[in-house]
Amino acid sequence: MSRRARTALFLAGGAGLVALLAWGFAGLPAFGDYHGVYGHLLNQRSLGQTHAMNTVVAVTFDYRGFDTLGEEFILFASVLGVALLLREARSRPPEEVDVREPFDPVRATGTIATPLFFLLGLFVIAHGNLTPGGGFQGGVVTAVAIVLIGLAADRSVFHRLAPKPFADLLEGIGVGAYAAIGVGGVAAGAAFLQSFDERGKIGLLTSGGTIPLLNWATGIEVTAAVVLIASEFFEELEER
Amino acid sequence: MIPLQAAAIAFVGAGGLAVVLARDLVRQALLNGFFGLGLVVLFLVFQAPDVALSALAVGGAAAPLVLALAIAKVSRREGRRDG
Amino acid sequence: MSYLPYALAGWLFVVGLYGVVTSRNLIHLVMCLSVAQSGTYVLLLAIGYVKGGTAPIVNGVALGTRMVDPVVQALTLTDVVVSVTTLALLLAIAVEVHKRTGTLDPDELREMRG
Repeated sequence: MSRRARTALFLAGGAGLVALLAWGFAGLPAFGDYHGVYGHLLNQRSLGQTHAMNTVVAVTFDYRGFDTLGEEFILFASVLGVALLLREARSRPPEEVDVREPFDPVRATGTIATPLFFLLGLFVIAHGNLTPGGGFQGGVVTAVAIVLIGLAADRSVFHRLAPKPFADLLEGIGVGAYAAIGVGGVAAGAAFLQSFDERGKIGLLTSGGTIPLLNWATGIEVTAAVVLIASEFFEELEER
Repeated sequence: MIPLQAAAIAFVGAGGLAVVLARDLVRQALLNGFFGLGLVVLFLVFQAPDVALSALAVGGAAAPLVLALAIAKVSRREGRRDG
Repeated sequence: MSYLPYALAGWLFVVGLYGVVTSRNLIHLVMCLSVAQSGTYVLLLAIGYVKGGTAPIVNGVALGTRMVDPVVQALTLTDVVVSVTTLALLLAIAVEVHKRTGTLDPDELREMRG
């Protein structure tokens, strides 16, 4: 089908889609006019039931922990796909291809920024149940701190500091820990992923039952996943 | 709050159109970064700080990194083939 | 005016789809797909917004303040982080295609050569 025919077909179909969307959106309540009962109920009950101040994290890891397990498996599968695609097709082992020294300002900024961002990432993960944050956000920040080493210094340093088998292992540990904590709920006589730990005092870092544990498992997994992806792409750049 | 919401919505709409209409790859990656920042402001104005934080970490650091590496890999092969 | 965020969500989705259909470069296509994904995030957050509500963090706020819906925020935030890994997967596919066939134009990739 030629390009012009394809665009014309899309415009025709797109007009139908826009009409359908407009009809659907007109049936929704107006913006700000929230009708749901579940949201208000959660907002009122969440602090008393889970002792976690951040209601969104309580929903992610406690009330809707099973959905988060599914999301983690999606993440795991995507990284698996990236690794399979890019490792299988590498024809020769990577050789040193015109490795240019990074500029001095980049090097200086990287040296200062890397430990700061790493600490910031760990802070965001740890305070997930108290302030906005959590495993997902903090995991990305920590991973970016580690990848910054590869950008600001030699890539060989990066491959030595964050070797791929280690990142593979950490990622598996993250996902496995999440599922294992869920099974722990079953072992304690409750449902899968139900919190079996005691809730603790509100406001402590360890409050919330199993929420901090799941938070850390997620943080470790997301960090390892993003570092692995960046490592694969770095090796792509070094090939040939 | 309402004018800020309207401004953020307008910025995100324009940013999305700009990303689609961009021709050059590097320029599109840059516009994607701006689009991401506009999304962060939009999420913040919709009273969602967790989502804004994750969108900032992803759209400000992780996605541009992966995009830049892929574009560099593709352009290097193009340059090596033509040159 | 009160339906503007929904219109934005529909606009982002349709514009992203248009970019995917008329794209000449696989990497451009992937970025347009991420624009379409952002439309769904905007829709989710717009549904959960409560007028006059504040963020759903119970850190020192008075009892009974109105807060926005936390469930849609939980769904969106996991989605945003997972989307970067699926973006990486799509880019890895694009890089592989470029390695094997030398082109990134979808129109030239039509036949599957064995």
